[in-house]
Amino acid sequence: MSELNISPGVELRDAERELHNFRVRLGVASTLVLVMFGLLFARFCYLQLVMHDHYHTLAEANRISILPIVPNRGIIVDRKGVVLATNYSAYTLEITPSKVESLDNTIEELATLVEITPRDRRRFKKLLEESKRFESLPIRTRLSDEEIARFAANRYRFPGVDVRARLFREYPQGELFSHVIGHIGRISQKDLDRLEGDGRVSNYRGTDYIGKTGLEYSYEQHLHGTTGVEQVEVDSGGRAVRSLSRTPPISGSNLVLKLDARLQEMVYRAFGDRRGALVAIDPATGGVLAFVSKPGFDPNLFVDGIDPQNWNELNTSLDKPMVNRALNGTYPPGSTFKPFMALAALFHGKRTPGQAISDPGFFNFGGHHFRDDKVGGHGLVDMYKSIVQSCDTYYYQLAADMQIDLISSFMGMFGFGSRTGIDISGESEGVLPSREWKRKRFKKPEQQKWYAGETISIGIGQGYNSYTPLQLAGATATLANDGVMFRPHIVDYVENVHSRERTLIEPKPLRTLDIKKEHIAVVKHGMVGVNKEGTGARAFAGAPYTHAGKTGTAQVFSLKGDKYVENRISERLRDHALFIAYAPSDKPTIALAVVVENGGFGARAAAPIARQVFDYWLLGKEPAKPARDDEGATDAPPH
Amino acid sequence: MPPLIKRLGRFVVGHLDQPLLTFMLLLMITGLLVLYSAANGNWARVNGQMLNMLVALGVLWVFANIPPHYLMRLSVPVYVVGLVLLLGVALFGQVVNGARRWLDLGVTRIQPSELMKIAAPLMLAWYFDRYEATLRLKNYVIAALLLLMPVGLIVRQPDLGTAVLIFASGCYVIFLAGLSWKIIAGLAIAGAASLPVLWSVLHDYQRQRVLTLLDPSQDPLGAGYHTIQSTIAVGSGGLAGKGWLSGSQTHLDFIPERTTDFIFAVYSEEFGLIGNGILLVLFLLVIARAATIAAQAPTLYARLLGGAITLTFFTYAFVNMGMVSGILPVVGVPLPLISYGGTSLVTICLGFGILMSIHTHKKLVQT
Repeated sequence: MSELNISPGVELRDAERELHNFRVRLGVASTLVLVMFGLLFARFCYLQLVMHDHYHTLAEANRISILPIVPNRGIIVDRKGVVLATNYSAYTLEITPSKVESLDNTIEELATLVEITPRDRRRFKKLLEESKRFESLPIRTRLSDEEIARFAANRYRFPGVDVRARLFREYPQGELFSHVIGHIGRISQKDLDRLEGDGRVSNYRGTDYIGKTGLEYSYEQHLHGTTGVEQVEVDSGGRAVRSLSRTPPISGSNLVLKLDARLQEMVYRAFGDRRGALVAIDPATGGVLAFVSKPGFDPNLFVDGIDPQNWNELNTSLDKPMVNRALNGTYPPGSTFKPFMALAALFHGKRTPGQAISDPGFFNFGGHHFRDDKVGGHGLVDMYKSIVQSCDTYYYQLAADMQIDLISSFMGMFGFGSRTGIDISGESEGVLPSREWKRKRFKKPEQQKWYAGETISIGIGQGYNSYTPLQLAGATATLANDGVMFRPHIVDYVENVHSRERTLIEPKPLRTLDIKKEHIAVVKHGMVGVNKEGTGARAFAGAPYTHAGKTGTAQVFSLKGDKYVENRISERLRDHALFIAYAPSDKPTIALAVVVENGGFGARAAAPIARQVFDYWLLGKEPAKPARDDEGATDAPPH
Repeated sequence: MPPLIKRLGRFVVGHLDQPLLTFMLLLMITGLLVLYSAANGNWARVNGQMLNMLVALGVLWVFANIPPHYLMRLSVPVYVVGLVLLLGVALFGQVVNGARRWLDLGVTRIQPSELMKIAAPLMLAWYFDRYEATLRLKNYVIAALLLLMPVGLIVRQPDLGTAVLIFASGCYVIFLAGLSWKIIAGLAIAGAASLPVLWSVLHDYQRQRVLTLLDPSQDPLGAGYHTIQSTIAVGSGGLAGKGWLSGSQTHLDFIPERTTDFIFAVYSEEFGLIGNGILLVLFLLVIARAATIAAQAPTLYARLLGGAITLTFFTYAFVNMGMVSGILPVVGVPLPLISYGGTSLVTICLGFGILMSIHTHKKLVQT
């Protein structure tokens, strides 16, 4: 081996001997390796050939399995006990893919016994892609007794197919509550990772479903319950033979909501085909009475896995039914911002109630004309008139006097631009324009700077302003409640099914705004005026209770210089109609914000919905006929 | 262009040993197949292991490109650092699962015993190479002390599995360095005589493991459970096995730690005696190729190191399969290149990287 050709001698011979010695040692070690592996192989032969029958019997027979017992999920009811989410027990036909030779053949043959629709097949295919081969997957749910009998008679033909009794979630109100209640769905890998992180994964053994959105998601821990355990003897196929011991599960708690199902339904109908959102809040507690996002979708589609066709329809629809507009839709508040601006002016001493301006119909700032809606202007305008007639010029001027910093800090107190903390997750923040916001939002230095001209349109709720209907409703409730602000919450209390013990979701006053009562009174007086003699008067004509409101119209499409003519603009570019209101005006029990997307003028599209809500809430009156889009209003009222 | 590609190709594979790498990859692919079944078709596990493999192969490549004489210079510092860290563990280590194995360095947590798996043979090989010309009994005694210091610290953690592996790797170096047969025989006798002493220093759980090995049915729900269930799995596999993804012991949750230390039970149940035979052959091929490289190494340092790496690899495989099939006590030793887990994979690949380096840098030393 060695090809060294340096001086031969002792050293070289040593090196050779050493190499030789090493190889002998390595040879001995290699022999040892072979012997040891031979020993292992002998052991394998002993176990797997000689003793195979013995161990085979052991593997087939000795089985004590620990089975989870899935708890019943808590149900969800409205404030009057109307069921919004419940469980029903049904028989399902389930296939364990790993135990079936040909899935397609099995399904074909099953289809001769029980009805299997194309939707069932699509859904099953999707489930198959998402799950593991050892899981038992439903091909059909809600089998009829007759179908069960027919399958049972033919069961021997279908190894790996079983009938199981399972609890299913049902949302009897369908799409009415799709955005509040949310829905459950099969546990995904992501859910599993989260459960593992919280150390809750063992409590989900045997559970297939978990809350995915809405209350089903945010109250998952209450709704799920505690999984029970049963020790059973099982046969080689894993089927339970007899029970050895049992720890019963603890059912999940029920949720009782502040929501009123009748009210919710009424609002839903009042919207007709229009898109939008309405949030109604009890100002004294923050309890949410109605929470509507139109259009909705049928949450029942998700319960046992949605099929790809419905999924695509929901996702590609131009109306975006999956978007929770009340929680995540952000809109410029338009003129509904004006009462808060007026309050800001009083708070900072920038205006007195009686101080009047003369409105020529426009406001000139840096050579740019900011137009008022009324040609020729509103004449002499004080604070009351500015709210009642929704005078733009008054607020252009006010914004210019106040500057952005004062406006944004004041609006921040009312919760504009920050999450309300409502008990469903995923809430959007909206945009409260400020110097800091702009610096963070934009990259280029010239865009990061705040320009004084940008403040002007902020005053009438336009510009960068963008808030969720929930924020707007929250701010209205705070105003109605004289500055005491509550965290909006949908759940009234959580009820333990076993002990009937109730855990109240405490109304939490978030903060009491340090604003003088008389200042609030001025603004509230203005809002009463809106409904009595201003832009909201038509919608509220003849209402036998006191009420206050403010209309708003938010520009979607900016017209350069032209006059806005509704019919000339395509439907989806029309203005959004907004309305905020509360009633009764002296001691409010309900405050709301409503947005009708592309609805045009707030007074015409949004205010009538508010009227219906108040009529129902205060008088128990239900609307005689469905609201119609073009009811009344032939003239174009100011926004 | 072509010369550039050629050079690039040589840069990438120039220091890799094709036969060894091929056998290793065959084992690793087998490992992924078994893992998929053992993890109940959980791709996250399989993907995680593939990532581990990529990292380990990266480490292999890096070490294959480090010439042995550089490594030789690093031997002593690495050993000293390893020993200091072990002392650190003994004094300030974190207790996880009842054993003090981890050292928190503020940035990250490390397990210094893992480092010692490589550092101990490096050190001993360096030591014998240094005193190559004048090896006397004294040198063997010093080598034994160099080995026993880290091993003692690791036994105390306690981590019997790792201690056994490191002790074995050191013993291989001493054996290959030519410790006289007489002394070996004497030590064997003395060892047998001192078993009662060893018994007295073992921890309770370690004694329990030895006892349950002798009679697993003694403690069927505790320490014996692993052995009973894994033996059933192996035995019920029979000649041809129950088929991939069809092991009932595996899939009805009867095999504990079935993706890591007990993955061989899954393999054995699903692939039977034939599969076991194939696996043993694959391991033998890796060992044979590695032994050939060691036998052809140009320096004593490289020979001892290469031989020790080869035999340690064998030890891993033997101990693991022996423990799963119920002839060795349950010590936490993974099946090399098969079990899920990055640490052991990286350590093994690092060792084989050194072997490949020894082989491919040979010519440079000789001429």
